[in-house]
Amino acid sequence: MAEQNLTERSMAVGLRALNRLASNPLIDRFGLRDPAQRVLHGASKATVRTATRAGRTFAATQKLSGPARQPRTGRSDLFDLTPDEEQQMLRESVRDFALAKLRPAAQAADEACAAPAELLGQANELGLTMVGVPEELGGAVSQRSAVTTVLMAEALAQGDMGIAVACLAPAGVSTALSLWGDADQQATYLPEFVGENVPAAALAIVEPRPLFNPFELQTQARRAGGGFVLDGVKSLVPRAGDAELFIVAAELEDSNAPALFIVESGTAGLAIEPEPAMGIRAAATGRLILEGVKLPGGALLGDAGRDLMAECVQLGRLGWCALAVGTGQAVLDYVIPYVNERKAFGEPISSRQAVAFMVANIAIELDGMRLATYRAASRVDQGASFAREVSLARRLCSERGMAIGSDGVQLLGGHGYTKEHPVERWYRDLRAAGVMEGALVV
Amino acid sequence: MINLETPKKYEFLVSQAHQVATEIFRSNSRKYDGDEHSYPKELDMLAAVIDGMNEGGALSGAGAGGVGESNGSSKKNSRDGNRNGSNMASLLGLIELCWGDVGLALTMPRQGLGQAAIAAVANEEQLKRFGGKWAAMAITEPEAGSDSAAIRTTATLDESDPDHPEYVLNGEKIFVTAGDRAELIVVWATLDREQGRAAIKSFVVERDNPGLILERLEHKLGIRASDTADFRLEDCRIPKDNLLGSPEIEPKRGFAGVMQTFDNTRPLVAGMAIGVARACLERTRELLTGAGVEIDYDLPPHAQVAAASEFIAMESDWEAARLLTMQAAWMADNKKPNSLQASMAKAKAGRTATDIALRCVALCGSVGYGEGELLEKWARDVKILDLFEGTQQIQQLIVARQLLGKSSAELK
Repeated sequence: MAEQNLTERSMAVGLRALNRLASNPLIDRFGLRDPAQRVLHGASKATVRTATRAGRTFAATQKLSGPARQPRTGRSDLFDLTPDEEQQMLRESVRDFALAKLRPAAQAADEACAAPAELLGQANELGLTMVGVPEELGGAVSQRSAVTTVLMAEALAQGDMGIAVACLAPAGVSTALSLWGDADQQATYLPEFVGENVPAAALAIVEPRPLFNPFELQTQARRAGGGFVLDGVKSLVPRAGDAELFIVAAELEDSNAPALFIVESGTAGLAIEPEPAMGIRAAATGRLILEGVKLPGGALLGDAGRDLMAECVQLGRLGWCALAVGTGQAVLDYVIPYVNERKAFGEPISSRQAVAFMVANIAIELDGMRLATYRAASRVDQGASFAREVSLARRLCSERGMAIGSDGVQLLGGHGYTKEHPVERWYRDLRAAGVMEGALVV
Repeated sequence: MINLETPKKYEFLVSQAHQVATEIFRSNSRKYDGDEHSYPKELDMLAAVIDGMNEGGALSGAGAGGVGESNGSSKKNSRDGNRNGSNMASLLGLIELCWGDVGLALTMPRQGLGQAAIAAVANEEQLKRFGGKWAAMAITEPEAGSDSAAIRTTATLDESDPDHPEYVLNGEKIFVTAGDRAELIVVWATLDREQGRAAIKSFVVERDNPGLILERLEHKLGIRASDTADFRLEDCRIPKDNLLGSPEIEPKRGFAGVMQTFDNTRPLVAGMAIGVARACLERTRELLTGAGVEIDYDLPPHAQVAAASEFIAMESDWEAARLLTMQAAWMADNKKPNSLQASMAKAKAGRTATDIALRCVALCGSVGYGEGELLEKWARDVKILDLFEGTQQIQQLIVARQLLGKSSAELK
C-alpha cells in the first residue's frame, strides 16, 4: 500500500516536472509551441467584457386594447403527415435558401464565429420572425404555427445549424412576445420584428454550470421600486454581441419561481463576453452578464411561475429538435453518396453490411426523431398538452441525434475527422440539441 | 394538415379492443403460457362476437385480414385526399390486443397473417372463396429462413384431368404460426427452381388436405399460447385456382408479387411489438411509482433519479417506433409505396420493444424477473417480434438497399 502511494507520488512529481517543462518559455523560443495556440490563449485571457450593443429605441406607436394571440388550429380528425400548402411552400423556399446559401457559407461562419450579415438579412426576408406573430400585429400566419416553424427550422438546419440558430433567435423572441406579451409589450416590440429592419434578439435561459436545470435558476430578480433588479450570468446566448433585445430567465425572489424578463440591450449593468463553444459557432454565442440591471415593472413577461417557464423551455426544446432533425438529414444525404463512391478492398464500402446497416440506422432513427418532433409540434398548434411529447422528442433528438453525428464521422473514417468534409461540424453541432435550452421558441 | 394523433373515428375500436385485451387476454395470459399447445377455447367465443360485427364495427379491423385492401372512396375515410383506412384500423386494434397478450392475439381465430397474404395478391374470385377464413403463412423451410428466395418446396402443375387441373406440392415448411389451428395455409413454393425468385408463388392449401402432414409443434421461449407448426407436404394436391395472383413467371417483376405481402404485414408485426412494449412500460411505471419514483418530463435527464430518466429514454424510443409504424400504415392506406417505411418501422419496433421489455425486468428487480408479474413473460414473448416477418438484420438490409440504391446482389 505504502509502496503504491510512493509510485503514485513519484508519478505525480514526474507529471509536475513535465508540466513545468511545458510551461517553460524556452520551448517557445525554439518554436516548439504552435504560435496560434499562444494567440488563442492570449485572446481568451484578454477577453474583456464589453457593453451590450447600443440598440434602437423600442416604443409603442399605437395602443392596443389587449394582447393579440394566434388562435389554435383545433384537433384534426385524421392522421396525416402531409404539410398544408403554405407549409410546403415555406419549407421548400427555406430549404432552397439553406442549401444554396447557408451550406456554402457554413465552414467560414463556423471559423469566424459569426453568421454573414448578408445571410441574416436574407433570412429575415423569408419572414422567419413573422410566423409566430398574430396577423393583426403584422404576422404572416393566421393560426398558431409551431409545425410551420419546426418545418422551417429543420429546412434551415439542413444548410447549417449554427447559421440557422442565428437566423431563428430573433424569431424566438417575437414568438415569445406574441405568446406571452401583454398589450403594451406587444405594441412596443413586435412592430420591429415584422418590419424591414428586424433586430437581433435572443432568449437567455442557460446558466454556466454543470447539471444546469432551467427550473432552478441562479440568476435572481429582486423587486425594487415598482420594477426589478436582475443579477446573474446567462450562457450560450446566440448573437449576444449584436442583440438589441433579450428575454432573460431569472428566479423571482418573492414568488420563488422562475420568470421571464424583457431586457433591452444598452441597459446599465449589462455586459457580454464571447463564449465560443464546440459547435453552433456561427450563432456567435456569448455570455450575458447582469449586474444590478434595473428594469421597469413592465419588463416581466407573462405570469411568473413554473408553468410559463415550462412552456418556454418545451417550445425551445422543440426548436432544437427541429434543428437536430435537419442536421441529421444533412448527415444522411452526405454519407450516402460517400459510402457508395468510396472504395476499399475492391468494392464500394457500402457493399459491406457493417457500413450499410449504419446508414440504415441513421435513416431509421432520424425518421423517428422527425415524427416525434412533428407530433409534439402539432399538439402545440392543436392546443393539446405537449409536455410529454416534447420530452420524448427531446430525448430522441439529443441521444439519437448525437449518435447520427458520430456515425457520420465514422462512415468517412479519418476523412470525416478533417475539415475537408462537413461531418465533423455536424458532429459538433448535433451535441447542442442535448445541451441547449431556450434560445429558440417555436 | 400534419396530425399524428390517433384518428377520432377509431377511438371506439381502440377502446373495445382494449376491453377484450383486458378481460379476455390478460386474464388468460398465465394459463396458456404455462399450458403450451392447449387450445385457448375462450377465444372461440370472442371470435363469434367479432364475426357478428359488421364492417366498421369495433373489432372488425383488429386482425390482419383487412390490410392491403382498398377502402373505396367513402367520404368518411377521406379528407383532402388524405385517408385513414383499414391498415390504420388493423394496426390500432392489434396494438391494443397485443398490449393484452401477443401470444393470444396471434392465435385469434380467423385473424392470422395469412389473410394479409391473400389480400395482397388474390383476385376477386379468390378473395370471395378464402376471405374471412383463418389463414396461416408457410414460408420458412429448414434450409431457407430469411433467404426466402432459396425455398425448395415445389409446385408442379398436373393437368392430366383437364376438368380438374391441380398443383402438386412437395417439401417441408417450418415455423408456421397458427398452422395447426388455421383453416387455410398459404404456402410459398416454386414453380421452377431453375428460375429463381420469379418462380416463387403462394398457394392456398386447406388445413385438412391429406397431403399436408403435421410433423410437430414447437416448444418456445414465448408466445406459447400460439401454436407454431412444422409441416411436410407430400404430393399435396390443390386446385389450380388456389395459386394466388398470376401463374406467369415474370423474371422482371421477380419477387415483387409475393413480397408485397410484407409491406402490409410488417407494420402489423411492428404494432405487436408496440403493444407488448406499452404493456411493459405501463406496468413498470406503476411499480416504479409505488417505489416512490416520480417521472417529470420537464426536468433534464440528469436532474431526476436514474430510473425516471431511463424510463423516459425507453418511452422516447417507444414513441419513435410507434410513429414510424403509424406512418407505414398511413402510407399503405394512401396507396403510397411503403416498403422502406414498413421495414424501418419493423426494425425500430422489434429492437426497441425487446430492449424495453428486458430493461423493465431489470428496473423492477426480482419482482420483474419473477412469475408473479407478467413482465418476465412479455420479455420472453417480445423477442419473436424481432425475428419473424423478417429479422432485424433483414429489415436493415432492405432499408439499406433502398437508401443506397443497391440490388440484393450488390449488398448481400
